[in-house]
Amino acid sequence: MFLCLFGIAIMLIDPFVSKSRQRVLGWIAFVGTLVALHGLIPMAHVAAEVGPSGYGGLISADYFSIFVQAVVILAAALIILGSFDYLDREGIQRGEYYALILFAAAGMGILASANELVTAFIGLEISSISTYILAGFRHHVPKSNEASLKYFILGSFATAFFLYGIAMVYGATGTTHIDLIQTAFQVSPATSTALPMVGLALIFVGLGFKVVAAPFQIYAPDVYEGAPTPVTALLASAPKVATFAVMIRIFYVAFGSASPVWLWMVWVSAALTMTVGNLCALVQNNVKRMLAYSSIAHAGYILVAFAAGTDIGIAAILFYLAAYSFMKVGAFLVVTHLGQQDEKRLNIKDYAGLGVRQPVVAAGFSLFLLSLLGLPATGGFLGKFFAFQATLDSRIVWLVVIAALNSVVGAYYYLRVIISMYFWKPSEDYMPAPVGSAMTFALAVAVVGTLYLGLFPSRLLDLARVAADSLSLR
Amino acid sequence: MLLLTVITFLPLLSVAALLMLRAEDDIWIRRIALAASIAEFGISLFLLRGFDLSRTDYQFTEYHAWIGDAIHYHLGIDGISLFLIILTTFLTPIAILASWESIHEQAKGFFISLLILETGIIGVFVSLDLFLFFVFWEVMLIPMYFIIGIWGHENRIYAAVKFILYTMFGSILMLVAILWLYNLSGSGGSPGTFDLVDIQRRLQVGDISVSSSVEMLLFCAFFLAFAIKVPLFPFHTWLPDAHTDAPTAGSVILAGVMLKLGTYGMLRFCLPLFPNAAHRAAPYIGVLAIIGIVYGALVATVQTDLKRLVAYTSVSHLGFVVLGIFAFNTTAIQGAIYQMLNHGISTGALFLCVGMLYDRRHTHEIKEYGGLATPMPVLMAFFLFVALSSLALPPLNGFIGEFLILVGVFLTNHAWAAWATSGSVLSAIYLLWAYQRVGFGEVTVEKNKTLPDASRREIAILVTMSAVIILMGVASPLFTQRMAASTDNVLQQMDRTASALRRAPLGSHAVAAELPERRVQP
Repeated sequence: MFLCLFGIAIMLIDPFVSKSRQRVLGWIAFVGTLVALHGLIPMAHVAAEVGPSGYGGLISADYFSIFVQAVVILAAALIILGSFDYLDREGIQRGEYYALILFAAAGMGILASANELVTAFIGLEISSISTYILAGFRHHVPKSNEASLKYFILGSFATAFFLYGIAMVYGATGTTHIDLIQTAFQVSPATSTALPMVGLALIFVGLGFKVVAAPFQIYAPDVYEGAPTPVTALLASAPKVATFAVMIRIFYVAFGSASPVWLWMVWVSAALTMTVGNLCALVQNNVKRMLAYSSIAHAGYILVAFAAGTDIGIAAILFYLAAYSFMKVGAFLVVTHLGQQDEKRLNIKDYAGLGVRQPVVAAGFSLFLLSLLGLPATGGFLGKFFAFQATLDSRIVWLVVIAALNSVVGAYYYLRVIISMYFWKPSEDYMPAPVGSAMTFALAVAVVGTLYLGLFPSRLLDLARVAADSLSLR
Repeated sequence: MLLLTVITFLPLLSVAALLMLRAEDDIWIRRIALAASIAEFGISLFLLRGFDLSRTDYQFTEYHAWIGDAIHYHLGIDGISLFLIILTTFLTPIAILASWESIHEQAKGFFISLLILETGIIGVFVSLDLFLFFVFWEVMLIPMYFIIGIWGHENRIYAAVKFILYTMFGSILMLVAILWLYNLSGSGGSPGTFDLVDIQRRLQVGDISVSSSVEMLLFCAFFLAFAIKVPLFPFHTWLPDAHTDAPTAGSVILAGVMLKLGTYGMLRFCLPLFPNAAHRAAPYIGVLAIIGIVYGALVATVQTDLKRLVAYTSVSHLGFVVLGIFAFNTTAIQGAIYQMLNHGISTGALFLCVGMLYDRRHTHEIKEYGGLATPMPVLMAFFLFVALSSLALPPLNGFIGEFLILVGVFLTNHAWAAWATSGSVLSAIYLLWAYQRVGFGEVTVEKNKTLPDASRREIAILVTMSAVIILMGVASPLFTQRMAASTDNVLQQMDRTASALRRAPLGSHAVAAELPERRVQP
């Protein structure tokens, strides 16, 4: 848990660093993420030789969790890079910010590798509390405080549901360990009594909140809009990845035998999520809020792959999450840069003429938008493609048709931003500032990632398949 | 040999070269774009040289693994796509030349978009893998969207958004059908594939069996995407706006090539893969095509906007093509393919002439013109020539195509042929009447008296197009010889697949279309 070490180190050094040199702490955080990424490699070796479980079976450091952690840490690294200029501009450059990001990432790592429900809860809480504070980091702005409070209150509710669900499952099976639950259900099926399925439903409520699935997504636009934009980037990517991972463990491994039953719950949620996300995004003029709704829509697409119920589906979900993280982080980082002082410039009108003024930024943003739209040759398309493929493979046709139609609806609002950047004349009253080097690097990584996954996805797809196979499904 | 890859991606390389130029190097941007597109045309002529007339399978094939086991980088052409590719590479330098004077703002982006568009279109014609085909199909929408939306005329943003949403809607259902087809291809025991040649073989050998209702659904999904592109009535409503508001080069490429992608798709996918469904749907499609012919012609007649009139002629002419395809005999299909090429040249040339008028007066309204033959005899002479080729006057190119289609359709259905012939007459009405109002008589508007005649650049463009028109009119065997084998092949594939699908006993249809349940094992 290098992340924790680095986070603690930052907290300790913070008081000794003067206000103007706080950025150094950010670089330390970035180095920390790189070290953590590097630390995943020996973990993979250990998993291959000795076997994945650690801490007495509470944690399972199998390829699945390594894949998920890699995505989470990479997202955190990019966000840290993109935050430097933003925090300076807003006057909130503080060491705790970076420490909190690292703690959040550590918590998500625990969440993704948890093989036992209470450990998952611990990971969930660590990451959640860090993100609650991060959401309110612009403490002098009411909107940010509102976002943080909303997130905290509703998030605690959701976690309570999660805990209650765990209690029910414990009551039904006598254990909270995922593998043991799986074997317990082999003896007496999960559907024989109501208790386990009710527990699962409550767990779905709790986790569904985190991944902004409908009908638990209502908090998301307000929280995403109020939080500082780099934090929104974090919220939109990393928690989703880790929470989907733990959902896969719970639904596929623990409750795998009951999949025909929970499938319908996921089906309805997926259809609702996509539709709500896409329809609400259509009318948005605030780019940040529009991207928030698009996150909801994408959670819906991932749920479509979730409904597939096979290991191909899991591989598709993992690929989608990786591609999605690149696109969303990239998109929100661009919004971070273009928001200007006090995040005043968030309207579509403010993006007018960007194609002429800052062509590279505009091109990058267009790439992210087209990837979110699902245009072929981008990572986003292949994510949707594999998701549809997996779900069709399981004979679930209508959901895929709904997802396909939703994609077209999505095209409209993504294209609107591109229209603004390229088809409209630039406004006279302000000029966007040039991009800092750290942000440039982060955006470049996101662009390369999106294009690479769009054109040569085989490598990552194979890794995703290996990760999916490493779950003890049978 | 990598000829097809080179032809497909050479425009993209030229884009890389153009990107390095600064926006101020206006003249060099145009020169390099023009040179690149002419070089592309020259290289594509090598396809003609190396094309073997007697073979019915795909030539110049390239086959590499790409994503997993199912998706391959599979390219190849036959007689149908051969000329469509050459049409594309021919029209692109013409379009670039036509935009020489009229595009000033962000010219670099414009020519880059045109070249990326060329890559996308050629990619669609050469792809033999369903996934690759879909990638190119979607990718080419974006440059056209930019071309219409940035450099178009008054209603350009509305037209561009309508164009892209309408087309995307069709293609997304095609994606679902492609995935479903992939699943079906895996039902015979061998792993699923997206490869067109492979899927066709499995259908004909009997490896895969498809129930007739599933076949019809798949056919409809593919057909919808292509019908929107063609455009077939009633999916044509995006076309007038997109054509009218696009810049000249955009209209030339859109009408000249992109509409053919729809009819090409019908020939390449709908007919060979789903023949039974095609036969069952043919009566309805024929009716829609005829409605398109007559309705398109009637609406064109009453237009007051010259460019919109030409746009509606596309609806009418491509109705002929679709009618020819769904008549299911060699003559009709050959006529349809030939008419595709003709329409590309004739309507492309019509849009060029309208564009030249627009360059002078910045309006498309017919009443703003009148008597233009007096100040601009050369330009109007070419305009008349092109209009005559569009209304299928012998011995120009349009006549060959329409005649073959009508003969072929007559063999299948006399009534259809009668209705379609009326379309021929109607096209004479709208084109000649429009030309009369624009070109003949007294000069009614003062400004028109001093309009400059065609410049050397414009004459060069028009002479080239006219030469091709005459060539295609009198020397059609040059083209049809190479198309013959492939046309017969399409019909043979249809027959083979149809009989293979019918051979499977009735009971197994429903079962075979279902894959075994895939569930997570506890």
